Amino acid sequence: MKDHVRARLIKNHIFKGMVMLFAFISLLPLLLILYYITKNGISVINWDFLTQLPRPIGEAGGGVFNAIMGTIMLIVLSCVLSVPFGIAAGIYLAENKEGRLSSLVRLCVVVLQGTPSIVIGIIAYAWIVVPLRTFSALSGGIALCIMMLPVIIKTTEETLKLIPYHLKEASLALGVPYYKTILKVILPSGLSGILTGILLSVARITGETAPLLFTAFGNQFMNWNIFKPVDSLPYRIFYYAMSPYPEWHTFAWGASFVLVVLTLAFNLIARGVSIKWKIQF
Amino acid sequence: MENPVLTVDAFSAFFGDHQVLKDVNLSVPKNVVAALMGPSGCGKTTLIRCVNRMHELLPDTKVAGRMFLNEKDIYTMEPIVLRRKVGMVFQKPNPFPTMSIYDNVIAGYKLNGIGLSREDFNNIVEQSLRSAALWDEVKDFLHRKGTFLSGGQQQRLCIARALAMNPEILLLDEPTSALDPKSTSQIEELFVELKKNVTMLLVTHNIGQAARVSDFTAFIYIGELIEYGPTEKMFTVPKDKRTEEYLTGKFG
Repeated sequence: MKDHVRARLIKNHIFKGMVMLFAFISLLPLLLILYYITKNGISVINWDFLTQLPRPIGEAGGGVFNAIMGTIMLIVLSCVLSVPFGIAAGIYLAENKEGRLSSLVRLCVVVLQGTPSIVIGIIAYAWIVVPLRTFSALSGGIALCIMMLPVIIKTTEETLKLIPYHLKEASLALGVPYYKTILKVILPSGLSGILTGILLSVARITGETAPLLFTAFGNQFMNWNIFKPVDSLPYRIFYYAMSPYPEWHTFAWGASFVLVVLTLAFNLIARGVSIKWKIQF
Repeated sequence: MENPVLTVDAFSAFFGDHQVLKDVNLSVPKNVVAALMGPSGCGKTTLIRCVNRMHELLPDTKVAGRMFLNEKDIYTMEPIVLRRKVGMVFQKPNPFPTMSIYDNVIAGYKLNGIGLSREDFNNIVEQSLRSAALWDEVKDFLHRKGTFLSGGQQQRLCIARALAMNPEILLLDEPTSALDPKSTSQIEELFVELKKNVTMLLVTHNIGQAARVSDFTAFIYIGELIEYGPTEKMFTVPKDKRTEEYLTGKFG
């Protein structure tokens, strides 16, 4: 009898040890990536790297200011386009749980979420770049907007579904019209969830390269015009990493570091928002 | 009855093919508490939801017969206009979680875009909270969120929110069923106090509550109004056998 108990205890310990080991192993790649990027990238990070434009090969110094600004510009553009559509679609789905249009929209969201980003890039190329006859920040923004949409729609829907029905009743029973009930009672109650969704989708598109290759295209100069090509961090990394010059390789690491920090920041802000602004029902 | 606040005239309600209310007739005079009691699923909640037309939020509903609020036909009014005249308190306390206590009380004005001066709002808030017997408990933190209050306090806040709109009738949908006994008795005392100024229609599954607070009681059973009359009379000499059986706990 005693041996039996001991064998069970040993099995328990082995099991616990295994779970811990695998958890640690799965963390390893992430830690190694962060370590590697920091080790290789941190050496080129300084004020000039963040505020100057790329210089021609052979000239020392320069930075990725245009890529950072380009990425921010693309994020702003895609947010401006996707947030209103995404939230509106999310509201529709949360308000109409059944119905043919709802299930169609839900299906589209799933399909869109699974669509490879390069395909979305080609679509934006065909829709925007070809008719306008130029690569542009706008086309890049639209490609990224399409990538953001499913995430925003899904999180808005899920957030709004969690808001108790009796809040809506409380508002309607006061004689508040339906649209004001949605805009002033339901949306504010779900604000933290919706914002979290937006920030997570921004974090997701910040690192996207494929849809930008033939939309925003890249630009080694600073450009503020949304109808002209702009640079972006992922594109700059791709461009530098593919070059034959060792100096540019370190720049690619530096740009990677900036990109990772940026993405991490969006994720952390999203977490902060979801905890801090959480509404207690 | 002279000039009743609410008149229900041969009223029926249907959800799909299912008839929930069958030819209900009833009238509620001014400044009383009228209780609707009956076993679960008998249609009492549906009846008060038909008064402010909240049942229309559900798909596939229709009604027959008429209802009048102070002699105006409820079913020819715009629901939005009607609901501003009819206050409602729900089973679960539901203050708006994004708003302060102050804003919750005047939510009916704020959300409807009715602008008043700061002073008027202050008066409305104080008066409504005093009527709901909540003023003394919350006057020092009016601008904090309403959700940290206890369940009973939250429910009184919801009553204050409904009272702030000066309703012609106040609908109470099992307002104490989610509360502890102490909060329940506080709220029952409040109803007795409130009927000096407000007419109330109270849905309850608690026979004792109906006896304690109401002036008139209606007994509804499977969609039918079995008996309606002064509470005292009904509890002492019920006319219908079913009423008597319900009151003595034989079913329901």
